[in-house]
Amino acid sequence: MQNVNIILQIKNLSRTFGEQIALNNISLDVKKGQVFGIVGENGAGKTTLIKHLLGQYIAQQGSVRLFGLDPVESPEKVLAKIGYLSEEPELPAWMTVKELINYTSAFYPNWDHQYASELTDIFALQINKRISELSKGQKARVGLVLAQAHRPELLLLDEPSSGLDPNVRRDILSAIIKTVSDEGKTVIFSSHLLEEVERVSDHLMMLDSGEIMLLDSMENVLSSHHRLVIKENDNSDLKQLKEQFLSFGLFNCVKNSNEFVLDFSGDQKTIEKSITDSSLEIVSHRKLSLNDIFVSRSQANKGV
Amino acid sequence: MDIHLNQNDGVPVYLQIINQVKHLVSSKRLVTDQELPAIRVLAEQILVNPNTVARAYRELEIAGWLYKKRGAGTFVSGKASPLSDSERNRIIDEKIKGLLAEARQMDISITSLINRLKELSLKK
Repeated sequence: MQNVNIILQIKNLSRTFGEQIALNNISLDVKKGQVFGIVGENGAGKTTLIKHLLGQYIAQQGSVRLFGLDPVESPEKVLAKIGYLSEEPELPAWMTVKELINYTSAFYPNWDHQYASELTDIFALQINKRISELSKGQKARVGLVLAQAHRPELLLLDEPSSGLDPNVRRDILSAIIKTVSDEGKTVIFSSHLLEEVERVSDHLMMLDSGEIMLLDSMENVLSSHHRLVIKENDNSDLKQLKEQFLSFGLFNCVKNSNEFVLDFSGDQKTIEKSITDSSLEIVSHRKLSLNDIFVSRSQANKGV
Repeated sequence: MDIHLNQNDGVPVYLQIINQVKHLVSSKRLVTDQELPAIRVLAEQILVNPNTVARAYRELEIAGWLYKKRGAGTFVSGKASPLSDSERNRIIDEKIKGLLAEARQMDISITSLINRLKELSLKK
């Protein structure tokens, strides 16, 4: 039986476009109340994955269940519970903001007119302006009103902050926090702005070329990743270090003049002990930010 | 309450909130029985997940820095022991490290930095 706390369940989802593998055997659960961040380079599969949640793609292999339903078979039931915003929201250019809000409200029985009007005030939107007259930031704000005003159970954002100024990005983050502060509401969002993802997400998936590179709680991700810099000595070379510490969670190792920079995922004390036991001198040690982790893991995957 | 987050030093966000609340209490910028912002309000102000703020408040409450009133909010207890020497050193060390890094980038020597510090401390 479906666990009612699981909003989204993806099992072994794979997708190809011709020869190109877009998603390869993705499995994950998102629970009620989570802020689930999806990160990855352009072309990593973030948008393809999100389109499966919206029922825009049929699963070629594996399955997608949102609120226990197949989004392709029951689009109206699934979409009624989702507030969606993409990087370039496709809004009808000829409508005024007011007309678009009224038009959209007709699709949602739960539409909260008062909340919609509060949001347009907060965002200082001029409701009689045509969409075609709005800046990119104002269009994003209109998209946010439409995504939030029916108080959806799931806020689904695909690269919402791309190319927007800090004030609009702040509004988007604030919408995420407001949504999750409401009991039981869930947020899934993809972004390449890793600092923002680190601040607001409590769970993280890192995609690389359609595969899961990391899937864990944000706390586990941040607490388990370390960078140790060790001094070069006569017995150390890059290849040998990689082999020696692979079993301790070493995922990237580069030489930087007369030092080696080693990035690990694992227990800090065990790692440090394994290094000092090998008579290597640790010069510095620090935890990695999400940005560091992303760059280092991507480098390692590409064999840079 | 002014909380400033630094995401580049690898200190988890909930710990940064804890450290800064302790700092604000120790420097009397937050006084006994003063109410702290609600979890959701602070989360929206500093743009972090509400669970992160909740965790920081919970740990500060367990450590005796804050107390909760049912149906009211979270307040400064005034009962927490002042910061230990090691904790004070840790906070000031963090700031000094940042200062040293900036001085290095601008090619300012340690001696000129110390002299500058002395000069500034003498200015009222």
